[in-house]
Amino acid sequence: MTPNATAITVFVTLFLFVTVIGFVAARWRRGNLNELSEWGLGGRRFGTVVTWFLLGGDLYTAYTFIAVPAVLFGAGAAGFFAVPYTILVYPFVFAVFPRLWSVARAKGYVTAADFVRGRFGNGTLALAVAVTGIVATMPYIALQLVGMEVVIAGLGIDMNPTLPLIGQVHDFPLIIAFVVLALYTYNSGLRAPALIAVVKDLLLYVTVIAAVIIIPAELGGFGKIFAAADPKTLILPAATAGSLGPQAAYATLALGSTLALFLYPHAVTGLLSSSSRHVIKRNAVVLPAYSFALGLIALLGTMAVAAEVKSAPEFAEGFKAFGNNFAVPALILKMFPSWFIGVAFAAIAIGALVPAAIMSIACANLFTRNIYREYFDTNCPPAREAQVAKIVSLVVKLGALFFVIELPSTYAIQLQLLGGIIIIQTLPSVVIGLYTNRLNPWALLIGWAAGIGSGVWMAYANAFKTSTYVLNLFGLQVPCYAALSSLVLNLIVSAALSWLLNAVLRTTPSDATVEADYA
Amino acid sequence: MAGEPKPRRFRAIYLLLIVPYVAMLWVPSYNSVEPTLAGIPFFYWYQMLWIVLGVAVLLPVYISDERSGK
Repeated sequence: MTPNATAITVFVTLFLFVTVIGFVAARWRRGNLNELSEWGLGGRRFGTVVTWFLLGGDLYTAYTFIAVPAVLFGAGAAGFFAVPYTILVYPFVFAVFPRLWSVARAKGYVTAADFVRGRFGNGTLALAVAVTGIVATMPYIALQLVGMEVVIAGLGIDMNPTLPLIGQVHDFPLIIAFVVLALYTYNSGLRAPALIAVVKDLLLYVTVIAAVIIIPAELGGFGKIFAAADPKTLILPAATAGSLGPQAAYATLALGSTLALFLYPHAVTGLLSSSSRHVIKRNAVVLPAYSFALGLIALLGTMAVAAEVKSAPEFAEGFKAFGNNFAVPALILKMFPSWFIGVAFAAIAIGALVPAAIMSIACANLFTRNIYREYFDTNCPPAREAQVAKIVSLVVKLGALFFVIELPSTYAIQLQLLGGIIIIQTLPSVVIGLYTNRLNPWALLIGWAAGIGSGVWMAYANAFKTSTYVLNLFGLQVPCYAALSSLVLNLIVSAALSWLLNAVLRTTPSDATVEADYA
Repeated sequence: MAGEPKPRRFRAIYLLLIVPYVAMLWVPSYNSVEPTLAGIPFFYWYQMLWIVLGVAVLLPVYISDERSGK
């Protein structure tokens, strides 16, 4: 692709701007960055507005904005499940997660695994929750890089330039972007993505609003856009006598994703950094604004079909390299003037930086609190704890970078698909644990293992290509999101074994929390 | 800890939160092209509409919570 000088200038300027913000953020609402709750949770001081930007930037990632429309572009209606998913997640957050915030505040918990450790008094279960979080998040960070790679390539920047002295470097722009990100995250902690999220979200809303006004007007209205889509995939196929079909997959994907989202470490970090439980409740009411933007962005996939980007020779190279993930960048390249391409692509690239930073901080918090301090350095002073977390955040990002540069991007996509399946298995310990301590920790651990085992097996049976596994229920075929069906198994095992163990052993729960901590 | 912990009281208004789940998980209720709105098939605009309705359902619960000082 030929480099687009105007677009590149706008893009690089915006990128430099957020870099400065990332470093300056250390001075914002100043705290002692040598404490983990200051570096890794922004001192739990973010109010409603900052939390709105932070969680918006954290949950609605660059990869989402590339991948969701890519599914609509390639497979039609099935990709729209992201909309019911992001509708259903907020009543759940509203009802459940203020309790997690309260107990974390009362007991100084920084991670979900900290809470599980306190609630059930079992280090092994807490370790399982921590490791699950780290493993589920790592490929997610790598995918943010994939999202960034797509737009950098779309600008026509040479991804593999030959540099003086060192020779050719693969993915050089990506390396630069990530090293810069790693440095200001190290320096400023969670304050950096929180401030950058404000810029990212403003750019994003501008882009979305412009796109839904300009593109349909140029393509002759929504009627013409949907007329260009394949009529077979415009809605979901109906159920047949023997199978509930894709509608069941659609509903279970929405529900399973809803239950999984706020178990991810980066979501927990975002929640716990808020200044009160009221901030979480208010955000459950106002965050759906992003869902609306996501719905509109999803429709860009259909618009890209109508704009016939796939058959355009100038985009052939991009589609060859990135598949349908190139649909939205191609649409933007085709429809907008150069300077606006720079703005839109910057929104996507910066949209990758924010979640990547928060995810690496969340992994660092988990490693430091629940592995390092628990097993290697029990009397770790606060300053060393913060120092370890900073270094781990660097390691995590380098790991993701290595992953994307050295391995095909399909690995990251497949692993992220597994991410939802494994993170949901912490739901009995974390979510049900918020309401009762009567579950036995060993039962929870066996349930967790059963859930992960069955979930990964179902994904393996699908050759890691899709996360919906067809269940055969009394002769009726039910395609079901593997995360949801394996969670049901996990819940049954956890509950049944808890009942059994409690009846046999008659142990009293070793619970460091009391009901008043949750209010 | 001072005093007995207050027992959790179930508040009926929280049942409102179930409404979006019924609406969104009952996929056959909206899996159709007609009626279209400004050229957008029902499947798409109905789900977008529920983003707004989801907030409309959350608001009374939020207000009730704040009034009872929770």
